[in-house]
Amino acid sequence: MMNRYPIWGYLALTAVILIGALYAIPNLYPEDPSVQISHDSGSLPADLKQRVESILSLNEMEAKQIEVNQQQQLLLRFDNTELQLQAADELKSGLNSEHIVALNLAPAVPAWLRAVNASPMSLGLDLRGGVHFLLQVDMTAAVSKALDRYEADFRSVLRENKVRYISVKHNGDVLNATFKDEESYQQGLDALKENFRLDLDFTKIKAERGITLVAAFKLAAQQELQNFALQQNITTLRKRVNELGVAEPVIQRQGTDRIVVQLPGVQDTARAKELLGATATLEFRLVDEQGDAFAAESSGNTPIGDKLYYERNGTPVLLKSRVMLSGEYITDAASGIDQDTATPAVFITLDGKGSRLFSKVTGDNIKRLMAVVFIESKTEYFKDEQGQLQSRSRKVEEVINIARIQDQLSKRFQITGLDTSREARKLALLLRAGALAAPMNIIEERTVGPSLGQQNIDQGKNSVVLGMLLVMIFMVLYYRVFGLVANVALITNLVLIIAILSMIPGATLTLPGIAGIVLTVGMAVDANVLIFERIREELSNGNSPQASIHAGYAKALSTIADANVTTLLAAIVLFTFGTGPIKGFAVTLSIGILCSMFTAILVTRALINLYYGRKQAPSLAI
Amino acid sequence: MQLIKQSLNIDFLGKRKLALIISAVLITVSLASLMTRGLNLGIDFTGGTLVEIGYSQPVELQPIRDALAQNQFNDAIVQHFGTARDVMIRLPSQAVANSEVSNQVLQALANTGNPEMRRVEFVGPQVGEELRDDGGLAVVYALIGILIYVAFRFEYRFALGSVVALIHDVILTIGFFSVTQAAFDLTVLAAVLAVIGYSLNDTIVVFDRIRENFRKLRKEESIDVVNISINQTLARTLMTSITTLLVLFALFFVGGEVIHSFALALIVGVLVGTYSSIYVASATLILLNVSAVDLLPDEKEEVLDDLP
Repeated sequence: MMNRYPIWGYLALTAVILIGALYAIPNLYPEDPSVQISHDSGSLPADLKQRVESILSLNEMEAKQIEVNQQQQLLLRFDNTELQLQAADELKSGLNSEHIVALNLAPAVPAWLRAVNASPMSLGLDLRGGVHFLLQVDMTAAVSKALDRYEADFRSVLRENKVRYISVKHNGDVLNATFKDEESYQQGLDALKENFRLDLDFTKIKAERGITLVAAFKLAAQQELQNFALQQNITTLRKRVNELGVAEPVIQRQGTDRIVVQLPGVQDTARAKELLGATATLEFRLVDEQGDAFAAESSGNTPIGDKLYYERNGTPVLLKSRVMLSGEYITDAASGIDQDTATPAVFITLDGKGSRLFSKVTGDNIKRLMAVVFIESKTEYFKDEQGQLQSRSRKVEEVINIARIQDQLSKRFQITGLDTSREARKLALLLRAGALAAPMNIIEERTVGPSLGQQNIDQGKNSVVLGMLLVMIFMVLYYRVFGLVANVALITNLVLIIAILSMIPGATLTLPGIAGIVLTVGMAVDANVLIFERIREELSNGNSPQASIHAGYAKALSTIADANVTTLLAAIVLFTFGTGPIKGFAVTLSIGILCSMFTAILVTRALINLYYGRKQAPSLAI
Repeated sequence: MQLIKQSLNIDFLGKRKLALIISAVLITVSLASLMTRGLNLGIDFTGGTLVEIGYSQPVELQPIRDALAQNQFNDAIVQHFGTARDVMIRLPSQAVANSEVSNQVLQALANTGNPEMRRVEFVGPQVGEELRDDGGLAVVYALIGILIYVAFRFEYRFALGSVVALIHDVILTIGFFSVTQAAFDLTVLAAVLAVIGYSLNDTIVVFDRIRENFRKLRKEESIDVVNISINQTLARTLMTSITTLLVLFALFFVGGEVIHSFALALIVGVLVGTYSSIYVASATLILLNVSAVDLLPDEKEEVLDDLP
């Protein structure tokens, strides 16, 4: 009996291994510290490269290479990290705010490899450094905010239809409209139903005086609302993250009310946190100059149509509850210094609708006092009755500035009254990026510094190399020629795992992932051990070498399959239930198991066939 | 080179009473420890904040503790991590569960000689609870999935035998972490699941041989068939354990501090798993009275496989 593969078998195996090697090669190239520049419009201005070069030469810096990558970004490679950071700073201040300047590591893969789409594995945050956040969107707040809007809408619908009502009030997660009698209730119900039937359910309850109409969200409407809030928050987060200058951010929804944010390379976590969770906006309101704010504060009775606010120094002030203008009309905001007072200021630009609105209300109210209200959400933690820790977001509203309207204001104007220029910068950024639809809390954070990332890579590499060496030495000592063959298979296995990880888009290598590879190395030889032990058994039963090889492979096959399928089952469970790093382990373990079946069975058989499959085969060295 | 002689015939199952006693004692100790001492759960499961800081010089821990205490972080656990230059600070959830804490800690330590942030982990209490529940579920689902697969491929008694062995391994591995109070975090949980995969792999190989031998050696007593099978697969069982342990020791010693517990859990698991596939899984088969008759329906298939 001969042990031979047909020629095409050898060719197919060689082809698979060569392709694997091709796609694994990019991982051997080092990465260049680089700066990437993109433009808000999505395409790069034609003269950008020139401008960048002139900024660099002005500061006596030089980029190793400047190119435009596939994502329409200008990519500048530098020799070292120091130069990269310096250049990024200069470019940030030198280019206007329409450009996003981000730090990155660009693989130095030669063009011929890039031509076949071969690129190195993407590394997880624990290897390259960076921040991972899990944010929880406060959906109760989203619903409550929506009901606030409906409250105003209810009033105007009832007014338009000339329905008399006692009150319209938002109470928890419902909206109550109270009417004096049955007749006005019926009119009100008809009018409201006509407008809001699709989103709201209406029920009737008897109130102390009159009849109350209770409006609550329909389930579908509430889900849609929450979906919208989540989507809106993601959009806003994208803009904010762009402002941070992060090269390859990941912002994804997770489940119904959570968002995952991953920012590779970000070190300043304090700033990142502040920006991600912050909800700051502005409102412009008229001051009630007749009202006595101190009296209202002590008695607790605010005049009708007014709301009590406080200035930053704690002085109470009465403002009209009607908002003249809110933050949603702001299209651009920049921080700077006010020329007259030399204090921090935010320069604001409104959109068309906003500027029409604002010029009308300011025009109507010239010589009256206008207040700028700064609204911010802050997260607080407290213990409930069961001693469980809970969080809630609290809205902080402060009057930062009161000034007399001297003139009609419209598209562009400035506000002052902020304490520091840092605060002015933050407010400008938040106004630019738009508001969050609902407040969010960080419920999980994992940050890895750059030095630890590099250390993790080094230690990971070392353990793979050391583990492999130990196993390979042991295999040669124990199985001699067959051990050598198994070692070739083991190396092939590693190359294939790396190639597959590099080829699958979205697959990232993490430290637990490396552990998965190491473990696979140990377990990959198992299939060979099974086969070789069988061959030894067959030989000791007095079978011929050729027959023993054949029987060894044939009999071990079902055992190998069973053993690997069960391990694969465990890996799949890990993948399904695991989060982040655990998933990485499950992925490499699964890939490793599949590759090892290929290499340990087919590759070793091919080599052994080549060596022992000849007519005058030497005696088996096993 | 050969680890063991081909003609070896150790009476493993003759010592199954002894093995039973050893396993029972170990399981009792593990469960008792789990119930009284519990696990030293990492912040992944309890919620809380972990900050790892690197210094350029070796540092004393006391000044760091003092600096933290001055900033109201009295219950911070401060330890060296790996080297004397690295410090790990853990703040349990009860004190503060707030994503700001890590920044406050870094600020509090700003004057302790140029600290460098190496790692921050914050897990909110709610997330910790979820990870705990998901982790427990994962182990249960893995066991159920395996039970079904083995029952389908072999027979229900084999499935029971393998799952008994797996539960044995999981209890002992987790028990080890309870007795030694080594940190039990997400990566250790992953390792426990990998141990399930590994130990099962081992058990399946022995079972496969038992099935084969039941069909071949019709005249032998069940207990002898099982014994012969264990002996025949012993070389492989030991070889694979050795190669796996080799790489695990590589991970344990050079893989770095973060992967330490993970490697430890797997080392314990592989040792226990090797023992259990020899003694526990097979002894369970004998206990459940498996005999050749139970495996006959598949005979035809097997005969075909045996053709050269």
